Amino acid sequence: MQGPLGKFMLKHPSTLVFLGLLSLFTIIVTIGSEAFGYGFVSTSFVKTLGKTLCFCLIAIAMDLVWGYCGILSLGHFAFFGLGGYMIGMWLMYERTRLIVVNAAENAQIPMTHQEIQDAIGTQIFGVVGGSDFPLVWAFSHLFWVQLALVVLVPGILALIFGWLAFRSRVTGVYLSILTQAMTLALALYLFQNDSGLRGNNGLSGLQNLPGLESTDQSLISMWFFWASAFALGLGYLLVKLIVESKLGNVVRAIRDDEARVRFLGYNVEVYKLFIFTLTAVIAAIAGALYYPQAGIINPAEIAPIASIYLAVWVAIGGRGRIYGAVIGAAVVSLLSSWFTGGQAPDISLGFYTIKWVDWWLVLLGISFVIVTLYVPKGIGGLFDKFTKGAEQ
Amino acid sequence: MSGALLEVDGISVSFDGFKAINNLSFNIDSGELRAIIGPNGAGKTTFMDIITGKTRPDSGKVIWGEENVSLIKKSESDIANMGIGRKFQKPTVFEDQTTRDNLTMALKNKRKPWAVLFYHSNADDRAKVDDIADEIGLSDHLDRRAGDLSHGQKQWLEIGMLLAQEPRLLLVDEPAAGMTVDERNHTVTLLRRAAETRAVVVVEHDMEFIRNLDCKVTVLHEGSVLAEGSLDHVTQNQDVIDVYLGR
Repeated sequence: MQGPLGKFMLKHPSTLVFLGLLSLFTIIVTIGSEAFGYGFVSTSFVKTLGKTLCFCLIAIAMDLVWGYCGILSLGHFAFFGLGGYMIGMWLMYERTRLIVVNAAENAQIPMTHQEIQDAIGTQIFGVVGGSDFPLVWAFSHLFWVQLALVVLVPGILALIFGWLAFRSRVTGVYLSILTQAMTLALALYLFQNDSGLRGNNGLSGLQNLPGLESTDQSLISMWFFWASAFALGLGYLLVKLIVESKLGNVVRAIRDDEARVRFLGYNVEVYKLFIFTLTAVIAAIAGALYYPQAGIINPAEIAPIASIYLAVWVAIGGRGRIYGAVIGAAVVSLLSSWFTGGQAPDISLGFYTIKWVDWWLVLLGISFVIVTLYVPKGIGGLFDKFTKGAEQ
Repeated sequence: MSGALLEVDGISVSFDGFKAINNLSFNIDSGELRAIIGPNGAGKTTFMDIITGKTRPDSGKVIWGEENVSLIKKSESDIANMGIGRKFQKPTVFEDQTTRDNLTMALKNKRKPWAVLFYHSNADDRAKVDDIADEIGLSDHLDRRAGDLSHGQKQWLEIGMLLAQEPRLLLVDEPAAGMTVDERNHTVTLLRRAAETRAVVVVEHDMEFIRNLDCKVTVLHEGSVLAEGSLDHVTQNQDVIDVYLGR
């Protein structure tokens, strides 16, 4: 292999293995899809897999910020949700506009620009008793601006929050609590009808791409699946490049003893802020890919519990190993949708029936405790002896 | 005194009413080796905390270098970059990383995240790391995890990391704690050699170790300087005998 990237891959074969497996998986799903192949992978399952890839991407971000930098953020799902909201605003505005414009063409009297705007407003904000566009929707008609906001809004929030927290040297469990407060405050704000983002209704119909009404969901689902796989591969490579650089050494040193790093002359706060903001942006991109596949986003998505699940995925998968985060997110979120989706057979004990919908969380909680106590390296730790041998 | 590398003038600091440092003044010249002794609670560690920016004094001045820069409001990392290195009592090396990575991280290079992210190891830096490893006797342990080194080796690695920073002043807190006699002798050699090109301040309890260092001694007591001079001079001082040696 040629070039610096090729050399890097050869030095860290686990990256090559991961990207290879991801490509293989993408090809298999494509061959099995309804749109391009034999159809043994249903469109709804393609969406589930695509969403799982987005979870894997945010788990990588969580591993970088927690597993490598030692910042136990319990608020990264806020960034994930914000990313979803930003792209959702454009999807919802543009689709509603096309519907209104279409209807106007068939009308007897042509509609004025103002009337069209009002009609769009009524369509979107009728559920919260309004028709005026709130200020936050100012750019919702501009795709590229909303796309930039996917990165900018969560990035700037992370930058401000991180700057205040790290500058005051808030660390450890206090920082975790603060990040929980941040995501809770954001969720509570979005729950309000006058937040401008349709309160608890959230944004819906996001699976329908504007202008592509006649395109079948089986095809659209594949586009998003590919995009998610590509983003995951790119995210993996980026995070791997970072943790294997000298910056990665400094970041790990901060995790292990940040006071000592200060006396080495590194400005610890700037490093933490960099990692925190970068991971928030990765989380936001994952969210922007996730919600068009989910079809709906509402404030419940960024409830504090979501960010705690994220930490559980990474812990079960194995902190400080990027593939561990991917394994954890994939295994736990797929099992979760299997157990809670009613597909898992209930177990009858005669006197009591274990319904997995109710008992899945108990099972997850028990596995978390077992992993923390007995397998602190997580599932990913099982591969350590292969990677250690190969990457020395 | 003009020409002093570091000038500490009348600093005081108290924690919850307890005066840890009380109107302390202290000077060190460039290229000087100095030992600080004093009973527990004399304020030795707090003194180092103030110089390195970890603790802010309630009053007094800390002046650094030829340009007479005040260190009082500087951050730990700024002070470290200005040329003050510190070794802690407990050896603190990054146990999860190799000896080489530890030294490379400490090497005097750009410290901004962007420069660090795109840092490429070069022949110059590799040679520097090899030289330092040679000096601290860890040449054969460069690719070992620092956590697997012996206690004494960790202490040396930490001294090596300080040398890699190329500081003009080295603050060393109890370097000989928990070392064997041979290891102590090696440490004395290391520190004496380091002091040939920079100022070194050693805080130590062990009298034999200080005698081997063979340098000027400052005795701290209750946050102030009690006596200063050669080891023989201060050990004959009646005040010093009363509070420290006589016990």
